[in-house]
Amino acid sequence: MLSETILEMKDISKSFPGVKALDSVDFKLRKGEIHALMGENGAGKSTLIKVITGVYEKDAGLITLQGEPIHFKAPEEAQNKGIGTVYQEIMLCPNLTVAENMFIGRSHSPVVNWKQMNEKAGQLLDSLGIPASPVQELTSCSLAVQQMIAIARAVDMECKILILDEPTSSLDEDEVHKLFKLMRELKARGVGIIFITHFLEQVFEISDRITVLRNGKLVGEYETTSLSQIELISKMLGNVLEDITKIKKHEPIVSDTSIPVFEGIGLSSAAGVRPFNFVVQRGEVNGFAGLLGSGRSESARAIFAADKVTGGEVRMKGKRVKIKTPLQAMKQGIGYLPEDRKGDGIVDDLSVRDNIILTLQVLKGFFKPFSLKQAQTFAEEYIKKLNIKTPSPNTPIKSLSGGNQQKVILARWLLTNPEFLILDEPTRGIDVGTKVEIQKLVIKLANQGMSLTFISSEIDEMIRTCSRLIVMKDREIVGELKGTELTETDVMNVIAQGGKNICTN
Amino acid sequence: MHKLTKSFSHLVLPISVMTLLIIINLIKGADYFRITMVNGAFYGNIPNILFGASELVILSIGMTLVTAASRGQDISIGVSATITSAVFVQYVLQAGEVTLLTIVVGFLLSCVVGLFLGAFNGTLVSVFKVQPMVASLILFTGGRSIAFMIDGKLSPILANDISNHIGTVIPGVPIQTPIILTVVFIALVAVLFKTTNLRLYVETVGINPNAARLNGINPKKIIFLTFLIMGICTAVAGFIAVNKAGRHDSVNLLKLIMMDAILAVAIGGNSLIGGKFSITGSIIGAYTIEMLNRTLLRLEIEPATIKVFKAVFIIILMVVSSPVVRVFMKKALDRVRTWRLSLSQPKESALSTTYIAEKEEE
Repeated sequence: MLSETILEMKDISKSFPGVKALDSVDFKLRKGEIHALMGENGAGKSTLIKVITGVYEKDAGLITLQGEPIHFKAPEEAQNKGIGTVYQEIMLCPNLTVAENMFIGRSHSPVVNWKQMNEKAGQLLDSLGIPASPVQELTSCSLAVQQMIAIARAVDMECKILILDEPTSSLDEDEVHKLFKLMRELKARGVGIIFITHFLEQVFEISDRITVLRNGKLVGEYETTSLSQIELISKMLGNVLEDITKIKKHEPIVSDTSIPVFEGIGLSSAAGVRPFNFVVQRGEVNGFAGLLGSGRSESARAIFAADKVTGGEVRMKGKRVKIKTPLQAMKQGIGYLPEDRKGDGIVDDLSVRDNIILTLQVLKGFFKPFSLKQAQTFAEEYIKKLNIKTPSPNTPIKSLSGGNQQKVILARWLLTNPEFLILDEPTRGIDVGTKVEIQKLVIKLANQGMSLTFISSEIDEMIRTCSRLIVMKDREIVGELKGTELTETDVMNVIAQGGKNICTN
Repeated sequence: MHKLTKSFSHLVLPISVMTLLIIINLIKGADYFRITMVNGAFYGNIPNILFGASELVILSIGMTLVTAASRGQDISIGVSATITSAVFVQYVLQAGEVTLLTIVVGFLLSCVVGLFLGAFNGTLVSVFKVQPMVASLILFTGGRSIAFMIDGKLSPILANDISNHIGTVIPGVPIQTPIILTVVFIALVAVLFKTTNLRLYVETVGINPNAARLNGINPKKIIFLTFLIMGICTAVAGFIAVNKAGRHDSVNLLKLIMMDAILAVAIGGNSLIGGKFSITGSIIGAYTIEMLNRTLLRLEIEPATIKVFKAVFIIILMVVSSPVVRVFMKKALDRVRTWRLSLSQPKESALSTTYIAEKEEE
């Protein structure tokens, strides 16, 4: 059964202005295997997929499909060559029937033979063991079945390669198993499946082989059986296990008796994070560690009331306060730099100046606008302080690079001089130079007495900047590490053991 | 120089259209700008445009704000103005003797009604997330019947001196009253923008409501507020319109004016899907539309066919100003520029694109 390679990618590179998304990556997919593509956010997984499917054109490298070099310029070309893709969000029409969804846009004939279409759909559903009838409306199927129908649609066109991009993220356990059954069925038929997911258990359950990417580079290709969970995590997060003995650059300046800046008891939010307790001391840098989806961002958002707060109480410097909206959090001196810079951070058409003064202006009040001169002074001050590269404060923020946009958002919060600043993935998707600048800034701010929570997908960044790490898994705090325990090995151990062995504080 | 072109770039469209219309009019007859004095007041083409566009200008201001914040349009404005002015007329008619106080109280009452109507649309849009056009469709459909019920009969007549003065001229003042009222209204709006953060809040909400919320702005409140402001605009516009007409025609008063108001916003260089906006642009746009209407009349186009010409003009205008043509023109311009530069100093040609090239994609 082993071996014939269907897809081979060699030295694939792809750059976007300012970022090298893929740096000579090799990837090989064999016939009838399930191949997991792993990596944290920004590792280059989706770029690689998009290069395969023709959404992006590669800058360099060679792709061969069954020994034949290919160069797709559009997604349709990839489809015609038998590469099917199913995305996380189900891209079907809910108001059409199952059969219609499977064949819509396929036929070039102006007349539809409904009977034949339904028959064909029925056969395909049966052969794949999908529990759905061709004539039922898609909405009446469960999410898992809908996902399977999307797969059936992709498979129908004589599919050789099937790409599943996080197909399981909205499914429950039972549904996942149904999906796995279908995947095994396809595997037996010789389809090569590329599987992307953030659930490690699923990778070990279903995949034959794993390719790990990190920062756009290939880490390696492994037989699934040859890896342990912890080895996989360490490969995804970077650095070899033993390699880290970093010296802490910063420790909180307070003794145990001092009153914490922020104290949250039993906090929970509508985003689904389990109730947690969280204490922040003055001048401390702490962080939430965990893989994507572990609840690290949700926890940060719960503190700032970015999602609807559903429970818990908050004390600022020992005094009980009510924080139900972002504005209330801001008024208590809490700042939050969101994870999704484009969606939640920048106001893209507005100038750098307006983006910088926005938060302070809101705190000052609707009826007290800053004069243009004052706003300009603020903007110029922070453009200089944070070394923001912009032609002028009047430039719309959207024409800046990602790193500079991020600095503008940082400037926005620093201008309000918060006591407790939460930075959720401040270094994601930006160039290495700016990453280092931001980490240095975090330590400098803490030395000046500000408390910070620093969240990053890159554990080594957190180890370098944080004096205390709260480890999360499955939307729950599973451990806390500080002092000498702060090594990547420890962090990975806690994640892998998943709270079975909670560390002592 | 560079800074100047940048801050006025959004006004290029309305101003160039206006210039074009003026040229057409001057070709037709050199007396276009002539102003005559009749009974102590100015008349002529320009005063007529300023007079005729009053309601449209005021409604365009409200439409600009609603569009910017809610990313949609309020199509009930003409109907809302008919309701507010019906209340005004009834109040005035029921008072025995009409004094200035009667008029003022009647006007304030109609403003309250305007606020109420704005709050109605605003609640649907901000709280229930109904699309603005659909939300305002309710008032658009039923509003004129409501106005008729308030009137109690067809076209009640507003026959008193003060109304007449408000609709035409006050003796001794050379400028027609609606023009003065419009200018005062624009001035008040300017003060509102100067003393509050309305622009920053509305633009932020229109561009990125998530970011607005995470920075302490409540998008619902801001969208609601723009509809309240729109309510005041309709009350003022209704007040001017009914005093101009001298009677309250619940069927035809400000009929279909929302089309012109939306058009004014578009000609003003504003995006109809919200975000950054220019009130100045919309005001110029509104006057441009009135100028266009009167230009077509002046060209002696038959009134029955006038709308065809207006439509053709607008289509040309929208195509010329569309992003597709704009990008094409920009490319053509760049090509000419690089070609010229390559003749003189070949080195500098690449400089202007440096920052664009740095823009990063994720």
